[in-house]
Amino acid sequence: MAATDHAYMRDAPAQLLPAPVASTGVLGWVRANLLSSPVNFALTVICIAAIVWVVPALLRFFIFDAVWSGADREACLPSAQRPEPGACWAFVRVWGSYFVYGFYPVSERWRVDLFFALLAFGIAWLAWLGAPRRDLGAIYFFIVLPILSYILLSGVPMIGLPDVPTSLWGGILVTIVVATVGIVASLPLGILLALGRRSAMPAVRLASITFIEFVRGVPLITVLFMASVMLPLFVPDPFAPDKLVRALIGVALFASAYMAEVVRGGLLSIPRGQYEAAQALGLSYWRMMILVILPQALRVTLPNIVNTFIGLFKDTTLVFIVGIFDFLRTIEAARGDPHWATPVTSVTGYAFAAVFYFVCCYGMSRYSRNVEARLARAQRR
Amino acid sequence: MSKMLQFSIRSKQQWTNIALQAALVVVVGGLIYAAAVNAANNLAKAGIASGFRFWDNTAGFDISQTLIPYSSSTSTFGRAFWVGLLNTLLVASLGIVLATALGFTIGIARLSRNWLVSHLAGGYVELVRNVPLLLQILFWYNAVLKSLPDLRGSIAIPGGAFLNNRGLFLPQPLFGANFGYIAGVFAFGIVATLALRIWGRRRQERTGEPPRTLYYAFGLIILLPLAVFFGAGAPLSFSFPEVARFNIRGGTEILPEFAALLVALTIYTAAFIAEVVRAGILAVAPGQTEAAQALGMRSGSTLRLVVVPQAMRVIVPPLTSQYLNLTKNSSLAVAIGYPDLVQVFAGSVLNITGQAVEVIAVTMAVYLFLSLVTSLLMNLYGRRVAIAER
Repeated sequence: MAATDHAYMRDAPAQLLPAPVASTGVLGWVRANLLSSPVNFALTVICIAAIVWVVPALLRFFIFDAVWSGADREACLPSAQRPEPGACWAFVRVWGSYFVYGFYPVSERWRVDLFFALLAFGIAWLAWLGAPRRDLGAIYFFIVLPILSYILLSGVPMIGLPDVPTSLWGGILVTIVVATVGIVASLPLGILLALGRRSAMPAVRLASITFIEFVRGVPLITVLFMASVMLPLFVPDPFAPDKLVRALIGVALFASAYMAEVVRGGLLSIPRGQYEAAQALGLSYWRMMILVILPQALRVTLPNIVNTFIGLFKDTTLVFIVGIFDFLRTIEAARGDPHWATPVTSVTGYAFAAVFYFVCCYGMSRYSRNVEARLARAQRR
Repeated sequence: MSKMLQFSIRSKQQWTNIALQAALVVVVGGLIYAAAVNAANNLAKAGIASGFRFWDNTAGFDISQTLIPYSSSTSTFGRAFWVGLLNTLLVASLGIVLATALGFTIGIARLSRNWLVSHLAGGYVELVRNVPLLLQILFWYNAVLKSLPDLRGSIAIPGGAFLNNRGLFLPQPLFGANFGYIAGVFAFGIVATLALRIWGRRRQERTGEPPRTLYYAFGLIILLPLAVFFGAGAPLSFSFPEVARFNIRGGTEILPEFAALLVALTIYTAAFIAEVVRAGILAVAPGQTEAAQALGMRSGSTLRLVVVPQAMRVIVPPLTSQYLNLTKNSSLAVAIGYPDLVQVFAGSVLNITGQAVEVIAVTMAVYLFLSLVTSLLMNLYGRRVAIAER
């Protein structure tokens, strides 16, 4: 077909034009995301003003004007060269080993370090979903590690490890011990309680429901009070457990009730057909649960389990209130040291504690989000 | 034959189950019995009484914040219990109101199309959720409120208030003789507005005319009481706090313990509420918004009439459990000495009487009661808003 003889008709397609500058690139992004309407514009201005107001002040306080070294409070007090001293990191450096070990004897601290290393190894084995022999990892984490840790930390004089009473333990060591015991005890207990709650036996069901709802209905503080005040009453005098063990029992019971509900959520998500198929194969109740149902249920609910661990990790700070020297309590104790009494000591101590807890909890929550994304991908197929 | 086999297998299974349950009952019962016997022995050895006779004994200790009259020399332990419970309820209810307001704001901000706003809100949520509440309470109390200037350097706040490391001192309203009428008129305004609203909604369903309750509400709840207030000769005066040599005279005081606890609870819970709100709004299918827009609804009406009612169905159950968490978390007051139920009752009363079993049981029962009532209400709500399936 020849070219048309109408002047207003094209005989070739028009050249493609690039998108307007104002809607692409950085400018387009800014317009779409920050300045799309008068309200949006006002919000952007307010946010920028807030950032300009807060961020430099924070940086100045925690980094540029901070005191990084010194032997006592003199370094962190306002002086001629430093009229407004920032955070007193020197205080954290001097008290650092106390924050990690408490009063654990200096000569025995390698045992704590070894415990941290063994624990890190176990966590890595279980958390890395592609690790080899994760079943062995579970045995290591839930059976071998607790025994080893007990021997290491508490000491067995027979094999040359002197006893270290728990009253000397402190700081991050205690926080990690409480959290780990909570995790190691709450998962199996929680699974048992969840199964009990869905059991066909009325007495088992009733007992599980009562326990779970009771514990979830009261604050952890009261459970800890109960463990620390009432537990010694309930056992004959010679068997009265020591203070740390009492708190550990309280935390473990508390965490297992929450874990039970999380596991129950996972169990509910398994289709009925899976149970029926397992029964049709002639599997007994426990074989069905261990081989068919639980592996699927736990995988689905892994992100929620990790979220429960995050809550548990934050809740370990509450043992502070029943007089146990966890990390937060060591910060409180050091904060009151008259050698370091300055206007910025408290803020520095709390900031250090906040960074520690934030790094641990945020790390766990990133992990749980990764697992969630991975599960979602697997679901899509 | 096969029937018999089936019968025998089932009954064997049943017998095992019954035996298992009997074993469970025996073990649990035995543990409870052993614990009770041991407790009785240990208590008798320590010479501690049992039972609730202590309830009517004179308490003999002071409480720094009392909503009902209380004196250490004449009031009983039972009275102290109520003082503590009311303080818990006070901080929890204020915390719930403030955390809801802040949480909804942050949750909506996280969904903003403005990149800065959504990321600032996200940063807030991540930062606050990942730091233990106890640390936050201690921070607000010890690092912020306790490091305020002392009495001499009290910060004067415009309006006659003072702020120092002993607390916030506000003007105290003194109600005149006729003030009761004004409160009555105010209450009447609220009731009348509610009635008007119901009537307006019925009329809308009948005629399609949208109700204009807002103007009437303003008149009834604000203008009318104001008019009566001035008509009655303004029966309200204030006692202003004054900085004296050793203390602050007059006015009313907000304890730093209370303020720190309230601020920390609000900020912490708001981060969780923000996540609940965000999830709730995201749970409403985008088709709903698009359908509303296709019908020609404005964005405000879309949000109010289409998105929010559906989002609330998802939001309310987890929101309630956040409220419960806040109430239970208020027990952390004990760390900074705010006289809540745990601090007063499971702290002071327990230490004085030594009756751990009774005191802890009562404390737990209170929280348990609150939890059970809340979950009961929640189930009722859930039944009401459940989607009517065809």
